[in-house]
Amino acid sequence: MKTREKRIVEPPFHVVKRAAMPVWQSMLIRVAAVVIALLFCSILAIFLIDADPIEFITTLFEGAFGSSRRLWKFAKDASVLLCIALAITPAFRMRFWNIGAEGQTLVGALASVAVAIYLGGKVPEWLLLIIMFLAAVIMGAIWGGLPAFFKAKWQTNETLFTLMMNYVASGLVAYFLLLWTPSGSSVLGRLDNGHLPVIGHEYLLLIIVVLVMTVIAYVYLQHTKQGYEISVVGESENTARYIGISVNKVIVRTMIISGAICGIAGFLIVSALDHSITETTVGGMGFTAIMVSWLAKFNPLVMIGTSSFITFLQQGSAQITTNFNIDSAFPDMVVGIVLFFIIGCEFFIGYSLKFRKKDNKKKAVDAPKAEETTDKEEKAQ
Amino acid sequence: MFKKILSVCLVVLMLAGLCVSFAACSKKDETPAADDKKKDFKLGVILLHDEASTYDKNFIEAVERAKEQLGLEDSQVVYKKNIPESNECYEAAADLVDAGCDIIFADSFGHETHMIKAAKEFTDVQFCHATGTMAHTAGLSNFHNAFASIYEGRYLAGVAAGMKLNQMIADGKITADKAKMGYVGAFTYAEVISGYTSFYLGAKSVCPSVTMDVQFTGSWYDETKEKNAAAALIESGCVLISQHADSMGAPSVCEEKKVPNVSYNGSTVASCPETFIVSSKIDWTPYFVYICNAVIEGKTIDTDWTGTIATGSVALSDVNEAAAAPGTKEKIAEVKAKLVAGEIHVFDTNTFTVGGEKLTTYKADVDTDDNFTPDTEVVADGYFHESEKRSAPYFDVKIDGITLLNAEF
Repeated sequence: MKTREKRIVEPPFHVVKRAAMPVWQSMLIRVAAVVIALLFCSILAIFLIDADPIEFITTLFEGAFGSSRRLWKFAKDASVLLCIALAITPAFRMRFWNIGAEGQTLVGALASVAVAIYLGGKVPEWLLLIIMFLAAVIMGAIWGGLPAFFKAKWQTNETLFTLMMNYVASGLVAYFLLLWTPSGSSVLGRLDNGHLPVIGHEYLLLIIVVLVMTVIAYVYLQHTKQGYEISVVGESENTARYIGISVNKVIVRTMIISGAICGIAGFLIVSALDHSITETTVGGMGFTAIMVSWLAKFNPLVMIGTSSFITFLQQGSAQITTNFNIDSAFPDMVVGIVLFFIIGCEFFIGYSLKFRKKDNKKKAVDAPKAEETTDKEEKAQ
Repeated sequence: MFKKILSVCLVVLMLAGLCVSFAACSKKDETPAADDKKKDFKLGVILLHDEASTYDKNFIEAVERAKEQLGLEDSQVVYKKNIPESNECYEAAADLVDAGCDIIFADSFGHETHMIKAAKEFTDVQFCHATGTMAHTAGLSNFHNAFASIYEGRYLAGVAAGMKLNQMIADGKITADKAKMGYVGAFTYAEVISGYTSFYLGAKSVCPSVTMDVQFTGSWYDETKEKNAAAALIESGCVLISQHADSMGAPSVCEEKKVPNVSYNGSTVASCPETFIVSSKIDWTPYFVYICNAVIEGKTIDTDWTGTIATGSVALSDVNEAAAAPGTKEKIAEVKAKLVAGEIHVFDTNTFTVGGEKLTTYKADVDTDDNFTPDTEVVADGYFHESEKRSAPYFDVKIDGITLLNAEF
C-alpha cells in the first residue's frame, strides 16, 4: 500500500496564473527584487572581492550619477540604448525575432561615415548631415528589410538570418576601414565633418531626439492602424489573415521601419558622438536592447525606465572595476544577477505558487484541475 | 501605465539624489595636503581590454612596477578598463580629469584622436598615448606619444630563430633551402611590417638561406584566425613560427604540432614548454616612471618618446633551453651588446634587397595626414632609421625573401 501511494505523490506545489495585479503591487515586487538582488551582490562582494557592502552599493550609484558629467553620460548612453530598443520593438511585437539590430545599426553608422568621408567639405554641413541621415536610414532599412523579405517569400528563419547579417555588417566595416586607411592600421580616427550641432550640452540634442522618437513609437504602436496590425500578426497570423491583414506586407513593412530606426541610431552615434567607426561601434547594444524591450513588455514609454536601469547597472559596475581594481568579470556577474532577479520576479507577478496542504490532500488535488481549466480558457481568449 | 512610468522615474530620481549627495560627501574628504606634490599626484590609465589580453596585461604590469618603484599608493593610480576606441575614450579621459588625475595614459592606437579631443579641452592635464603617430604634428603641449624600438627585440628573437634553423639543418632534419619560417601578423601595417622584417633579418644574420611566409589575420586579437593561420603555415612547410597578434592562438598550435615558436608580448613557456624558444616585448615601466617623475618634478614630457633596448624598454624573456639551440643565450647577449654599442643596425641596407636591388633612398609617411603622403627621407649612413623621426614604427618596405600570403589586410 505504502509504495503505491508514493508513486502517485504529486509535487508539493503547483503554478497558477494570477488575475491582473494592481500596478502599485507589481511595482513593489519589482523594486523589492532589485533591492534583494543588490543585497545579494553586496554579500557576494564581501566574499569575492573583499569589499565593504555599503561602499560597494554606493560605488554602483556613484558610477552612474556621481558627477554632472556622469549624469550626462548616463542619460546619453540610456538614450542610445533606448533608440535601438525602439527599433527592435515593432518587430518583437509581431513575434519577429530580430536579433540583427547590432548589424542594422552598424551599417547605418557605416553609411553615415562613408557620406562624411566622400562628401565632407564638398557640400554645406547641413546638407551633409541630411545626406548622412538618409544614407543611414536607407542602409538600415535594407539590412532589416532583407531578412523580412526572405521570410515573407520563402519562410526563412528570421533569427538566423538577422544574426548572420550582423557578421556581414561587421565584415563590411572591416573592409571599408582597410580601404579608407592606406597605412593599413584600420583606425579611422575622428572625422572633421558631419557633426550634429550642439545645443546647450553636447549630448542634449541626441537625448531630445530619442525622447521624441519614443513618443512617436508609442503612438504608432498603441494608437494607429498599423500598430494594431503588428499586434494582431504577433498574436496570431491566422487571425490576421482571417480579418484581411496581409501578413507578409506587415512583416516586411515593420522590419523596414525597424531597420530604419536602427539606421537612425547609427547616424546619431556617428554624427553626435564618435565621428568615426570601428567594428565594435555598436558594442553589443543591439543585443542589450532586446533586454530593454523585453523587460518593458514592448512598451516604448516603459522602455525609458528599463534602458535607464540597464545603463545604470553597466556604468555602476564599470565604476566597481575601477574603484576596486578588479577585472570586469565580477561586474558582469552583478549585471547578470540583477537581471536574473528581475526576470524571476516577473514570473511571480504573472503566476502564483499554490502549496499543497498536508491535511486536506483531496481538496488540493481537485482544486488545481479547476484552476487549470480556467487558465486554459484565459489563454484561448 | 503612467503611474508605472512615474514611479520608475521617481525611484531613479531618488537614487540619483542619494548618489549626488554621497559623491559630494566623498569629495569634501579629499582636501589635498597642498605642499606634497607627490602625494597629490594621480595617474589615470585607459585600457582597451583588461588582463585577459596579453597586450593590456603588459601595460598593467608595467604600471604596477612603476608604482612600486615610485612608491605611489594604490589610490594614486586609476584604471579604466575595456574602453573602446570611440567617444567613450574621451569620456573616460574626462572622468579621470574629474577624479583629479595629472597624467592620463591610453594604450591603444585607435584611442589617439579621442585623446587629442580631451587634451584640447583639459589643457592643464598631461595626456600620454602609446603607439600613436600624431603628437609631433598636433602642436599641443600636453599631448605626447610614446613607443619603443621593439624591432631591436624582434631582431634578437630572430637570431634565436635562425640558430634553431641552423640546428635543424645540422641535425639533418631539413636541408638549408627548406629553412622556411612562418609569421602570423595582424595587419599589413608599418608596426607589423617593421616587426616581421626585423625578425627575419635577425634570423638571416645567422642562417643566410632562410625565407619566410607571412599570413595576416586582419585582427589584433582573434584566437581562431591566429590558430588557423599558424596551422596553414605549418602545413605549407614552415618549420618555425612567430607571430604579431595578441592571443595564444599561434603558440598553442605550435605546441600541439611540436613546431618551435618565437613569441611576443611575454613568455608563453608555461603553456608551451616544448616549443617556446624566446619572446620579445616592450617593457613600459621606464616610460611610466619617466612621465610620473616629469610631472612630479614639474618638468615637461617629451612630445614623442622612444624607448630603446639600452633604456630597458625593449626586453627579452628568458630563453627556454628545452627548445632553443645550444648557445642561444650567449649569442643573444653578444648581438645585444653590439646593437647597444651601435656597431650593427637592424635595418642595415647591406643585409637585404628590395626587388633585387639595394635600398638607397626611401620616403616614409612620418607626419600623419589624410592622404598618407610619404614625407621624410629615412635611409642614411647605410641603414634605415626606424623609430628615430617618430616613435611609432614607419618601416613598411616589402623586402626580398619574405612572401606575403594574403596582403589584402
